[in-house]
Amino acid sequence: MSEHASHDLPFWRKYIFSTDHKVIGIQYLITGLLFLLFGFILMLILRWQLAYPGQPLPFIGHLFPESQMIGGIMLPEFYYQLGAMHGTIMVFLGVVPVAVGGFGNFVMPLQIGAPDMAFPKLNMMSYWLYFIGAVIMIASFFVPGGAAQSGWTSYPPLSNIASVGQTFWLVGMAFMINSSLLGSINFITTIIQLRAPGLTFNRLPFFVWAQFVTSFLLLLAFPPLMAASVMQLMDRVAHTSFFMPTGLVVNGALSSVSGGGSPLLWQHLFWFLAHPEVYVLILPAMGIVGEIIACNTRKPLYGYKALVYSVIYIGVLSFVVWAHHMFLTGMGTTMSAFFQVTTMIISIPSVVILTTFVLSLWGGSIRFSVPMLFALAFLPMFGVGGLTGLPLGLATADIHLHDTYYVIGHFHYVVAPGTLFALFAGVYYWFPKATGRMMSDKLGRIHFFLSFIFMNGIFLPMFIMGLAGVSRRLYDPTQFAHNLSTQPLNVVMSISAWLLGLSQIPFIINFFGSIFRGKKVDNNPWKATTLEWTAPSPPPHGNFATEPHVHRGPYEYSVPGAKQDFIPQSAPEGAR
Amino acid sequence: MSGDSGIRYISHPHPVTGVTNSKLGIWCFLASEVMLFGGLFSAYILLRMGAASWPEGSAILNVPLATLNTMILITSSVTMVMSWASLALKDFKKYRWFMAVTILLGLAFLVVKGFEYAHKFEHHHTPSTNTFYAIYFTLTGLHGLHVLGGILVNTYFLFPGSALWKKDPDQFMGRIEAAGLYWHFVDLVWIFLFPVLYLL
Amino acid sequence: MSGHTPEEIHHHVKIYIRVFAALAALTVLTVGVSYIKLPVMAAILVALFIATIKSSLVAAFFMHLANEKKIIYWILLPAVAFFLVLLVLISYS
Repeated sequence: MSEHASHDLPFWRKYIFSTDHKVIGIQYLITGLLFLLFGFILMLILRWQLAYPGQPLPFIGHLFPESQMIGGIMLPEFYYQLGAMHGTIMVFLGVVPVAVGGFGNFVMPLQIGAPDMAFPKLNMMSYWLYFIGAVIMIASFFVPGGAAQSGWTSYPPLSNIASVGQTFWLVGMAFMINSSLLGSINFITTIIQLRAPGLTFNRLPFFVWAQFVTSFLLLLAFPPLMAASVMQLMDRVAHTSFFMPTGLVVNGALSSVSGGGSPLLWQHLFWFLAHPEVYVLILPAMGIVGEIIACNTRKPLYGYKALVYSVIYIGVLSFVVWAHHMFLTGMGTTMSAFFQVTTMIISIPSVVILTTFVLSLWGGSIRFSVPMLFALAFLPMFGVGGLTGLPLGLATADIHLHDTYYVIGHFHYVVAPGTLFALFAGVYYWFPKATGRMMSDKLGRIHFFLSFIFMNGIFLPMFIMGLAGVSRRLYDPTQFAHNLSTQPLNVVMSISAWLLGLSQIPFIINFFGSIFRGKKVDNNPWKATTLEWTAPSPPPHGNFATEPHVHRGPYEYSVPGAKQDFIPQSAPEGAR
Repeated sequence: MSGDSGIRYISHPHPVTGVTNSKLGIWCFLASEVMLFGGLFSAYILLRMGAASWPEGSAILNVPLATLNTMILITSSVTMVMSWASLALKDFKKYRWFMAVTILLGLAFLVVKGFEYAHKFEHHHTPSTNTFYAIYFTLTGLHGLHVLGGILVNTYFLFPGSALWKKDPDQFMGRIEAAGLYWHFVDLVWIFLFPVLYLL
Repeated sequence: MSGHTPEEIHHHVKIYIRVFAALAALTVLTVGVSYIKLPVMAAILVALFIATIKSSLVAAFFMHLANEKKIIYWILLPAVAFFLVLLVLISYS
């Protein structure tokens, strides 16, 4: 039952239009990593303008068309395209596809002992919808007026009157939204229905819990953005006025639309998605870190139940905090008060999770493997990102900090040295499962230490700049006197960013090189307990030769009296 | 969705949850649809509360036609559920008959809607006229697309998709039930759209 | 729906017909009420009340929610809750 129908498939059915969750997971992972690189490169170009405003970009500047750079000097329009598309690509085409599409698809069915996802064809469709959406997004760079340039948040009325690239953005988003809708239906159904016998919900690895809650966020938070995208599309194509207020003046002339709309409506619907989206970015990362910490400390995760409840709690609360992004919109003190309170409350489960991770380290015999290094770095980095968020959640402080570099620093600490480090950890950790080979330890360490230094080199100065009042959206910061004193920091940040780019070269070499030349290892190189390590590496179509039965919780490490310092979940009752 | 890799609970319910994969999946999908229309309904509320004046639907829209359409959709929901019940009674012929009627009623709904739209366009009432027409066309348009999607799915299950009935009747019934749930949901949305847009 | 025995199905069918009659009657009612010019707030409440009854009938009987497995309720619970959150908080602003 579980073996046939894989060998006789032609190449394009096996590796391109595959319905196998592992192939789809790897497709997601590689596509997502490429988009992370692409989005990162956009930022590397943009950072030249910030460090050396108005100077021609050396070496490659003249390669850009006149609509983007004149004599190598970046035009403001292009600057804003880079900014908007960096955000969009990193969040929607990079991190989520890697964290959920990649790791979720590859690891989750293996961890629950399932032969595949519940709906393999939907799974394939989900990937290809993502792919089409991504192609549309990238294509928008080549249309007249270039890509979307109204920020990744696409606030109207600016986005309504922007060039045609914004329409591409909306259509691309529609594809992404439907892709994640199909994905989340698949994840929820799979986790509820296809767990191996004995794998009850309280024996579920923490990573699966994180993916489960994430799927609910994707399922329920994305549709309002779909609704908003449809309305903005109507505004742009059918000239409706959903987001166009009465009496709007554009370029000195009264706008010809009927008016009566509300720009605030977009913000509400956008942030109704985008706040849960923040947790879509962070929860799978926490899941990965949890797995790696348990395995590399050789002891159970401290407070498994507290972790699970915290994740659920975050999931629920994340739907009622969105307007803390909107304190400056004049929505009124009652609303502000409500959203301040919920925002303060949601920090509690995040702290619980971080604390349990830190406590899990205590008394463990820690193996400083490469995945563990990244996981360990995640903890303080996420801590910095989370704590700097608190002032932003309080309206009084936010009035000063809103839309400054402080905000950029805050959320980048959460997603860049936070989530991205967790994703790197995941790549190093599950690579041997996907390929049967290890990634190079030495290159991994070089990658880690350089990345760690330069990440902080980029984002730490942002807090200082933000507190000094530097706006996040300036094409040329030096045109304002109050920015001049912090301008040297921009040079530091840009150089750090470029060096961070170079620091990824060992990873790229390691990733592709190890596929062919990595050290061959057995099925369970990390001596881990969860089910994916009992499958062959790489797992065949159908995953397990015989359906695994689960007899214990996910983290039975260093059980007193046991022969080995780990007991796999599928080891029979009484096995020691 | 063939069981070539040994996925369980495709045609028989899971012993603990008591449902098949497809049933759970379609309900997840509907949960997400609730939020999609929720987003649009909240847009309606916000725009209406912020508007200086809001036209009365019954004064500018065609209530008799919409009432007819309501009746059409309600009837189609009954025929849809009857097609499922016919399968439960192992009466495949009756199933086909009810399914065909469901599809025709769906098409009739779209035709009536088409007349309504055409009439509005003739009088130059387009989405850009004001925010009422904007939300009217967007909500009914999106709902119309859902009806169209339902018709396509049902047509598939009337003709090529029904081959599954001989191979695995349980799985086929599950699929019809899922298609039915979707169709009833589309009906349910209309039950709210009708008073909100036409009567208030 | 729990059982698929012919008797149960015939019983179901009877219910479907009754629900249909109720839906048709309520449609007529809600259109009728709209012709009596109630104050706006009252009209909204009455229309939404009738629509809620109608949709509950569809959900309970056509979609078999009256007698569904627990897991389905668990899926729908957050959707309904967040739907209300969205509606209430946005209209409050």
